Amino acid sequence: MKSRQTYSWVGRPLLDPKLHHQTYREMSVKVEGCSTELHIHVGQFVLVEGNDDENPYVAKLVELFEDGSEPRSRKRARVQWFIRFCEVPVCKQHLLGRKPAAQEIFWYDYPACDSNINAETIIGPVQVVALAPDEVIPTDLKNEKTLFVKLSWNEKKFSPLSPELFAQLEKLQEGSPRCQKSVEAKTKNIESPSCTTAERAVKRVESRHSSSKSRPAPTHPVTPRARKRLELSSSPRTPNTRISRQTSWASPDSPRRTKRKAALSEITSPSKRSQPDGLQTPSPARKAPEKTGEIQRRSCAKDDKKVSAERHMTLRPRVPALKTTVLSEERRLTPTRGGRRSSMVPSVILIPENIRKREAEEPEAQDEAVSSRHHTSRKSSLLTLNQIKQQLRFLGKSESDSEDEEFLPAAEIPDSSSEEEEDSTSPLPRTPSGASRNLRSSTKLSLQTPSKTPKKTPKPRTPHHATPRIRSRNLAAQEPASVLEEARLRLHVSAVPESLPCREQEFQDIYNFVESKLLDQTGGCMYISGVPGTGKTATVHEVIRGLQQAAQANDVPPFQYIEVNGMKLTEPHQVYVQILQKLTGQKATAIHAAELLAKRFRTQGSSQETTVLLVDELDLLWTQKQDVMYNLFDWPTHKEARLVVLTIANTMDLPERIMMNRVSSRLGLTRMSFQPYTHSQLQQILGSRLKHLRAFEDDAIQFVARKVAALSGDARRCLDICRRATDICEFSCQKPGSPGLVTVAHLLEAVDEMFSSSYITAIKNSSVLEQSFLRAILAEFRRSGLEEATFQQWLVMFLLE
Amino acid sequence: MHFQRRRLHSKSWCLFVGFQFVEMSSRKLKSNNLKHSECLSQVQRILRERFCHQSLHSNLFGVQVQYKHLIELLKRTAIYGESNSVLIIGPRGSGKTMLINHALKELMEVEEVSENVLQVHLNGLLQINDNIALKEITRQLNLENVVGDKVFGSFAENLSFLLEALKKGDRTSSCPVIFILDEFDLFAHHKNQTLLYNLFDISQSAQTPVAVVGLTCRLDILELLEKRVKSRFSHRQIHLMNSFGFPQYLKIFKEQLSLPAEFPDKLFAEKWNENVQCLSEDRSVREVLQKHFNVSKNLRSLHMLLMLALNRVTSSHPFMTAADLMEANQLCSMDSKANIVHGLSVLEICLIIAMKHLNDIYEEEPFNFQMVYNEFQKFVQRKAHSVYNFEKPVVMKAFEHLQQLELIRPMERTSVNAQREYQLMKLLLDNTQIMNALQKYPNCPTDVRQWATSSLSWL
Repeated sequence: MKSRQTYSWVGRPLLDPKLHHQTYREMSVKVEGCSTELHIHVGQFVLVEGNDDENPYVAKLVELFEDGSEPRSRKRARVQWFIRFCEVPVCKQHLLGRKPAAQEIFWYDYPACDSNINAETIIGPVQVVALAPDEVIPTDLKNEKTLFVKLSWNEKKFSPLSPELFAQLEKLQEGSPRCQKSVEAKTKNIESPSCTTAERAVKRVESRHSSSKSRPAPTHPVTPRARKRLELSSSPRTPNTRISRQTSWASPDSPRRTKRKAALSEITSPSKRSQPDGLQTPSPARKAPEKTGEIQRRSCAKDDKKVSAERHMTLRPRVPALKTTVLSEERRLTPTRGGRRSSMVPSVILIPENIRKREAEEPEAQDEAVSSRHHTSRKSSLLTLNQIKQQLRFLGKSESDSEDEEFLPAAEIPDSSSEEEEDSTSPLPRTPSGASRNLRSSTKLSLQTPSKTPKKTPKPRTPHHATPRIRSRNLAAQEPASVLEEARLRLHVSAVPESLPCREQEFQDIYNFVESKLLDQTGGCMYISGVPGTGKTATVHEVIRGLQQAAQANDVPPFQYIEVNGMKLTEPHQVYVQILQKLTGQKATAIHAAELLAKRFRTQGSSQETTVLLVDELDLLWTQKQDVMYNLFDWPTHKEARLVVLTIANTMDLPERIMMNRVSSRLGLTRMSFQPYTHSQLQQILGSRLKHLRAFEDDAIQFVARKVAALSGDARRCLDICRRATDICEFSCQKPGSPGLVTVAHLLEAVDEMFSSSYITAIKNSSVLEQSFLRAILAEFRRSGLEEATFQQWLVMFLLE
Repeated sequence: MHFQRRRLHSKSWCLFVGFQFVEMSSRKLKSNNLKHSECLSQVQRILRERFCHQSLHSNLFGVQVQYKHLIELLKRTAIYGESNSVLIIGPRGSGKTMLINHALKELMEVEEVSENVLQVHLNGLLQINDNIALKEITRQLNLENVVGDKVFGSFAENLSFLLEALKKGDRTSSCPVIFILDEFDLFAHHKNQTLLYNLFDISQSAQTPVAVVGLTCRLDILELLEKRVKSRFSHRQIHLMNSFGFPQYLKIFKEQLSLPAEFPDKLFAEKWNENVQCLSEDRSVREVLQKHFNVSKNLRSLHMLLMLALNRVTSSHPFMTAADLMEANQLCSMDSKANIVHGLSVLEICLIIAMKHLNDIYEEEPFNFQMVYNEFQKFVQRKAHSVYNFEKPVVMKAFEHLQQLELIRPMERTSVNAQREYQLMKLLLDNTQIMNALQKYPNCPTDVRQWATSSLSWL
């Protein structure tokens, strides 16, 4: 890509002393080979490379700066995002309540979204027209490149643009043609935003990968920029890869409320605020002159536009005739702009009232919106004022809600130069391409299932958020009435006991293993073996439950728990699909899921919290190449992966028997073997299940425990026998309602029923012919001394008898 | 493959035979016994229905204990939401399907259960792999309606979809599902036994309450299950063993033939039932039944016998006699191969006799056409008076005809370049079969018969 497009700054850098940044007003993009140059100004609307070639991301350029803190200085840009309707999560699209217009976009009012991008991902300028809520979106436009913004979207609801925001956007519309024109005058040929080169496509695939991979969970920790900057001042580290926690975003509150909370907390803790303030020199006293200066500048800017009819427009040009002349003039200069001009007419009319009204009400809001375009130095003063205002509002609860609504969205816009907003918008390390809008909902990402083809499917074939379930019963299930029924319920294998008796040692071992990995933030493997029914899976579940409680109490860092079962897969490679889906909610093919997972677990710091993966029935993941097992055990060895893999299988020597050396070596030596239960342990298990329930004779429990321990040591068997015995007891009891205790006799019957071979009874009950044929077979075997004979030979024997 | 064909065969065979003689009975209508014949057609309708369909009105014979066990189990799933799994094991025709159908019918009559329980019927012969089975389960649970326009995707998607659906439920709020797996042993041959593992796993965990009922005739079914699948199975087995003796068999015979009390013509019904009573006391009838009982305790074979006997009942011959039953028994125990031999030409019979001699000489070693031809030549030259000495191609043709009739079978598959004369063959007839067939063979030349019996003495 760089071979084709070169990005360079235009104009003198404005040094921002507090940031060690050099900010610029303008950037020029030169496309090699066609000698054209594209100038992009701060404040312009731009297209940014995204996941989708057809629909690149739309954003407003807020700031262009050179990130001097990096070894090789990089061109960065700060943007305010817009969101297309197709980028809104499918499950939330209905919130709009109408069909979106083809070129409608939404102000992306979600501060958690990363706004700091690589400037070289900017494709080119685009036209965005703000519409008042009561305006209709023009549909008869020839120019498809013009986009319309009418509503804002904050991941929860669509709301109309706040008036100050609207005004700000309107001003931009006026301002941009001026810049644009000068650029266009210089450049003969404008690179259209949709023009894509092969390299760009490649790059986009990469960025798509990164964006999907680095999709954070909703509870993502976010770096406050303040801290980042402090770090910067002390050491020249990259600002992009720092991650820490900002728990306010973890709460499921609405952004508005969190915002308010954050503001409040910042006011009340001046020490926290003081540091960035100290860096950002301006004093509140400077505010007033700044403001007036700003207004002057604005009028100047308007005066500059004398070339066109822009000025008339500010004077409410309702005269169509005038308008058309303007149009023609505009068209000649910039053919692509024509459509937009005409569409601007209705929108412009509304501005003055808006501005006036807003200015009267909240001058600082207007100020802020305007000043943010050029001056970052005034940020903190504005912010403090804002915060004081907010604080007052917060205290004075009598304020109307509508006022609130109006104010807050504006304050939340990431580029409204509010310090803390910007801080919260860099949640993730930048990937090389940089243009990832990270904090989108999972559904959206899963929609854009990262297939290699640039076309994205509009809808997943199987909506995985659909929740199939068995219909619920009409009548409530009866509760157990008698002691035996209660006992039967407790003896069912599915009944989850409060504690797992007899597995304390194993529990502790596994718990310690996982806990230590969590605390060290490393990864590791553990292999657990044991015959069926010895409580392997139950113990691991218990460990996870314990750890989750500990995580809630902040004793251990939070972690993500994923469970896969080899038996519940159709094919070993499906394990990737399952893991990916449980991890991120994405759907992908097995091969692709493997790639994504490998990237996720192998790249630096891509996962913030440790993942605990339980792989049940490991032996079924065996493949010829053993690549599945290899990957499962290889991921945890990467330091960044923070993956703890617990594997369960039946055979003790599985690693030696079926695994290649390189696989078993990665599995490590953390082994644990669950011994079959002994009779006393089984007795204890039964005892704990039947606590305070007098349904079994003590002898009976001991009998069954010894019997099962001698046969298999399978706790499931033990419970099943007891359950069957309660049945038999109930049957045998003559008077219903008052059955006696389950005795040894009942259990004996149950054991016989389950374990005795049925062959003898079957032979006893077969017909005379069948029996004599069996005798003939025996006789022939005795005669020949062989274990095999033909039917003819048997028949001879049969007839001889 | 052949085994599976037999399974289907045994159930559909009764139907096929049952309607052969229907026309005969209706043709001989006379005006004076019009009412009489109507009665008879009624009788035939009722009894045929009883023999062919597994009507739920018939009583259960000697399986009351098993029935009670099963119904209790199903009730507990339906009412208390307790998950269970059970296998019903018994030989073919022992009433496994009847048992479960009876139990389900009774269960559905309980009002609180009928609208609460979902049933899923699967058959190992129809759902030959897990993917098909999963689709069928989803269809029978009506889950596709829940999801709307869901299109069935891959096997993996289906599995996770269904598991997710079943996982969502819990003991008290979800509708219990009763899974009935017919020919359970065939499900155990599916890859990894995924379906069984998951069904049993659900029945052992706190998910949607399910009852898994497996029907199978394999006694060693538990050995077919993988150990982790086996561990999850509750080990409840209900054995149906046809454990009745001959007196009960006789009682069943009477019960199956007698007309119900609701029969329109009371007089006729009374007479009919009296006749049945007489039959059951008749010595020759008892002999026939004893013979039948000794061969097979299968109730289906008894139905078959009675069906054949019933078909002989006409308006001129209104009541079943001992002779009818004997005839039917003969029909039942008829050897189809011997019948084929009856239809062979003299040359073909001669060839079969030659093969028989070869078998005797070389002790069941395979033979080829040339050996048979030589043997036949020897016979024609030395002993035969009436048999014409056929040319070799003609004999070859007769030999091939025998192969077509599957009386002889090539040892290996026929290859193109192998000479047909030297292809090794095996005779599929037994010596006794050949001799019996020869006894009855119409117009068998005496020298041929002598040759057959002479064995090695003629050499």
